[in-house]
Amino acid sequence: MSDATRAEVCAAAIADAFKDDGEIFGSPMGMLPMLGVRLAKLTSNPDLVLSDGESLFLGGVPPLFAKADVVEGWIPFRRVFEVVAYGKRHVMMGATQVDRHGNQNISAIGDFAQPKRQLLGSRGAPGNTVNNRTSYWVPKHSDRVFVEEVDIVSGVGPKRAREAGVGAAKFNDIHRIVTNLAVFDVLGADDTVRLLSVHPGVTVDDVVAATGFELQIEGDVPETRTPTAEELLIIREVLDPKNLRDREVPPVEAVAS
Amino acid sequence: MSNKPRDKRMSIDEVVATLEDGMTIGIGGWGPRRKPMALVRAILRSDLKDLTIVSWGGADVGLLARAGKIRKLIYAFVSLDSVPLEPNFGKARQEKSIPEIVELDEGMFQTGLLAASQRLPFLPLRAGLGSDVLVHNPQIVTITSPYADSDGAFEDLVAMPALNLDVALVHLNRADRHGNATYLGPDPYFDDLFAMAADRTYVSCEQVVDTAGLTVDTPVQRLLLNRMMVTGVVETPNGAHFTTCTPDYERDEKFQKAYAAAAKDDTAWAAFEERFLSGDEAAYQSAVADFHAQEETK
Repeated sequence: MSDATRAEVCAAAIADAFKDDGEIFGSPMGMLPMLGVRLAKLTSNPDLVLSDGESLFLGGVPPLFAKADVVEGWIPFRRVFEVVAYGKRHVMMGATQVDRHGNQNISAIGDFAQPKRQLLGSRGAPGNTVNNRTSYWVPKHSDRVFVEEVDIVSGVGPKRAREAGVGAAKFNDIHRIVTNLAVFDVLGADDTVRLLSVHPGVTVDDVVAATGFELQIEGDVPETRTPTAEELLIIREVLDPKNLRDREVPPVEAVAS
Repeated sequence: MSNKPRDKRMSIDEVVATLEDGMTIGIGGWGPRRKPMALVRAILRSDLKDLTIVSWGGADVGLLARAGKIRKLIYAFVSLDSVPLEPNFGKARQEKSIPEIVELDEGMFQTGLLAASQRLPFLPLRAGLGSDVLVHNPQIVTITSPYADSDGAFEDLVAMPALNLDVALVHLNRADRHGNATYLGPDPYFDDLFAMAADRTYVSCEQVVDTAGLTVDTPVQRLLLNRMMVTGVVETPNGAHFTTCTPDYERDEKFQKAYAAAAKDDTAWAAFEERFLSGDEAAYQSAVADFHAQEETK
């Protein structure tokens, strides 16, 4: 029986999304993805290439938000775009909305011409999703995030990519969607979101209730694995000793009380 | 007669006096990083209007939008980093006060500048395919490759049109009086592309030094701009404030927070404008110094 918190389960699930990537640029957006990618590099995939999120490739695996480390390369923004086109990259982005077909929105909520709420803009999502492996991280799974159809397609799901032609589809690779409740891919029928596992303490019904579209669910859905003792040690003692992860995904007991 | 290249030093106001209503202006830097903010503030003080702004957006876009200077905005994102959403930009979008909006993918934005810098009408790329960026920008079309791929298929790619600029405004750490300029921070961003995409480029800098001084303590690879790319040079110490200008200074997070808070409320914004944006650059810098003196005593 593991005493892993929900955030630690999420970190291990994110690490698993990067374990088979080999020697490519692991590019996390946000705190839990950063923790998960660094965990992968220290356990399942030491060949991953990491950056400081600004302009340096890191030779080591520093704790979250630590500055000092060995530098193994230079990755200013212009070269990020080169790596995107080169394809040797797996980005895990955030998502304000994700729909049934794995399209993602970070641009704005509402009508594009006059949004109810302007967000960041499309950033690199269109290019990421047609060039390199892309996953999404959703810290608060709800039917406001998981909607039947996103308001604006920033990140392109496999169906839209296929409809846009071979140029769009040949490198489109939406790999995983990890949330505070569960893990998904987009290999359901007609390129739809499919439930792969539910985190310990979460039921399939919980996930269905928090999702605004019909999920593909096949047979008995397994439980997301709990982190190993080694992973817990790395998370707690090495990568995130200040326990910043609980701010993004609060412990479940605290949520219930 | 001097055998040296031209002396291009100018004042902030001389730069702004060369700008005209309706111009397409590219603004260098990235989000809240190394933005030519002193030049942006000077545009705020001017009567200029109906501008097309091309920017990796930060507070430059927010300030110009709030002041009603923008007729058309071309961007891939607008962010203050530590404050993720730019409140003045958000307000402008939600109130539809910018008449024309061109939201691009970041790679498309870079490729548009690259096409302009190479005097090409367009360049092909994959980014944008299948996304709503193309839906919302029907003027951007795809082009079919004349060459088959290994499976015999002919790929359709985005034909990103050149982002040609009338003027580029950039801020670097050091420049000489002729327009050679270095960045000393972690990232050149895209300031050389902005310069080459523009008919005229004005570079503001922390310090104007002798040409020999440009490489005395930093590698030659940091010379991002050569003088062929530059029309005018302005010395504006702290001219990127409140964005980063590493290693000369980092972002002024306290001030940025005050900016973002003020933007959320009309009365607070009027007070912010009165305090910081109603005078010239010297008045701004002195008001910022006062702001920090007050913060210290809090």
